[in-house]
Amino acid sequence: MATLVFVESADGKIKKTSLEAVAYAYAMGGPVIAVAVGSVSNDELDALGKYGAAKVLHAADNRLNQGIAKAYAAVLSKAMEDEKAAILILANSSLATPVAALVSARLGASLATNVVELPNSSAGFVVKRSIYTGKAFSFVELKNPKKVIVIKKNAAELKEMGGTTQVVNYTAPLSDADFNAKIISTEKATGEVLLPEAEIVVSGGRGMKGPENWGILEELAKTLHAATGCSKPVSDMGWRPHHEHVGQTGVKVAPQLYIAIGISGAIQHLAGVNSSKCIVVINKDADAPFFKAADYGIVGDAFDVLPKLTAAIKAAK
Amino acid sequence: MKILVCITHVPDTTSKINFLDNNTRFDANGVQYIIGPYDDYALARAIELKESMGASVTVLNVGLAETEPTLRKGLAIGADDAIRVNADPMDSFFVAHQIAQQAKGYDLILMGRESIDFNGGVVHSLVGELLALPSFSPVMKLEIDGTKVTMAREIEGGKESIEATLPLIAGCQEPIAEWKIPNMRGIMSARTKPLKVVEPQSIDQPTKILRFELPPPKGAVKMIAPDNVGELVTKLKTEAKVL
Ligand SMILES: Cc1cc2nc3c(=O)[nH]c(=O)nc-3n(C[C@H](O)[C@H](O)[C@H](O)COP(=O)(O)OP(=O)(O)OC[C@H]3O[C@@H](n4cnc5c(N)ncnc54)[C@H](O)[C@@H]3O)c2cc1C
Ligand SMILES: Nc1ncnc2c1ncn2[C@@H]1O[C@H](COP(=O)(O)O)[C@@H](O)[C@H]1O
Repeated sequence: MATLVFVESADGKIKKTSLEAVAYAYAMGGPVIAVAVGSVSNDELDALGKYGAAKVLHAADNRLNQGIAKAYAAVLSKAMEDEKAAILILANSSLATPVAALVSARLGASLATNVVELPNSSAGFVVKRSIYTGKAFSFVELKNPKKVIVIKKNAAELKEMGGTTQVVNYTAPLSDADFNAKIISTEKATGEVLLPEAEIVVSGGRGMKGPENWGILEELAKTLHAATGCSKPVSDMGWRPHHEHVGQTGVKVAPQLYIAIGISGAIQHLAGVNSSKCIVVINKDADAPFFKAADYGIVGDAFDVLPKLTAAIKAAK
Repeated sequence: MKILVCITHVPDTTSKINFLDNNTRFDANGVQYIIGPYDDYALARAIELKESMGASVTVLNVGLAETEPTLRKGLAIGADDAIRVNADPMDSFFVAHQIAQQAKGYDLILMGRESIDFNGGVVHSLVGELLALPSFSPVMKLEIDGTKVTMAREIEGGKESIEATLPLIAGCQEPIAEWKIPNMRGIMSARTKPLKVVEPQSIDQPTKILRFELPPPKGAVKMIAPDNVGELVTKLKTEAKVL
């Protein structure tokens, strides 16, 4: 039976996390059908074949250029039926998670979000979820015949296999009632690496002393092609925009490398970074709790260490 | 206007997480429970709306008897009455189904963006589908003008501004409102405000938690001298292989 994957795009490009979802579905075995909505170029859609999609359904309805969860759910539910698919895979995002929930309720499917690795179907169908904001995992059996799974970043390895795919135009009947809200405007950072998807994150805390000092931190981020993040007080005080705030009540990141500068390492901040592969902490206080959660640490003044680190990385390139 | 706020009863954000009985049961020993931080934002916004435009605020929890102090705290913060659905919340759809039974007739249903124990991020959407109401999350701003609702929703790398009409459901996060701390008068009056207990509807639960696991312990930190950042760069390249 086929596995369906929702591929999300931003500015006409398919998100890397969605490619991971295709790779995840492919690794589960069985044919993979990707579903893309709104305007995405054919080149982008064709490239899905490389990650394992045997077929791509493209619902190009103009109205779908606006990210309305209910309308997306209507398309995906219909596609599940048409393709007789039992499983839908989505990559976690602020849109995909609500869409997953709506589809699961419509189809009477078992739903699991925050899934961190491939399912185990040796006895029942069991997924591993991240819970307690990264402090633990649960193994959950999805009991219903239909299943909707939302994966976290890094749940599957992204491999190009060089396959080809067939792109098919797809129309699902959509009524005005499916567009149950109006998006008036969108404000989005452009040309920057997005924090939730970044492989390297450079993050600053109250130890940076003020927004006027972010230049040296951004310089390091630019050198590393990294996204910038911050602690909660930093966004609360308006030094940085809210969408950069990392932690329990902010963005949960999962980069290869997280560099924390002038952040004490409160447990609520750590909750947002504990899925990072490697953590570097720069803090002038040797007793800062963040060092206990770090792989590498430097006790030093940010204003002294940051420019040196940027220079060393440039030199090593 | 009638507002329903769905709150979770969850371990304090500083809690150490442990499990008992071969990793099949949460160890509540020594754990302090709080209103979920996102739910606390939802409740704070509800109280603000009550104060600015007049509304009744009901807090609802699906949980066993031990969650009642958390509901009382919601009453102390300013909710008018409370409902507890007497069931152990183990599956998002089950919880959503129970909430949907109680949620009819409200103009606005506020929840948190996610629970901090289960981290589902889905109950608001599930209730929305069950009641055929629009649902939005994570909502950072919510203004009401008649039946028109203007919201800011966080998206990756920014936010979008959305317009919809009541009744609707929103999963809240900061900076929608400032957390409220109960005062003495609130705490006193909370004792006598109505708290209704209802029995759950029994339905098949689509998922079952089999067991839990803790992440492997972190290795020791390697310290590097501040005048030797070159060594850090080398280690990141050759040892950690992340550059
Ligand atoms: C329910 C709840 C949820 C929360 N959620 C979050 C969350 O999501 N994210 C989050 O970040 N916080 C969160 N917090 C807040 C958290 O508890 C901490 O207060 C916060 O993380 C501290 O931020 P900070 O490390 O930037 O500031 P501080 O704790 O003030 O630390 C500043 C650090 O900078 C160091 N420093 C100072 N000067 C320099 C210098 N020149 N060079 C180098 N280092 C220097 C200091 O030694 C210190 O360690 C939450 C709290 C609660 C109660
Ligand atoms: N047991 C529960 N009782 C009441 N509300 C809940 C419960 N579980 C979840 N919710 C609400 O749904 C939101 C999202 O929860 P979740 O989908 O578990 O992340 C929470 O922030 C609460 O507002």
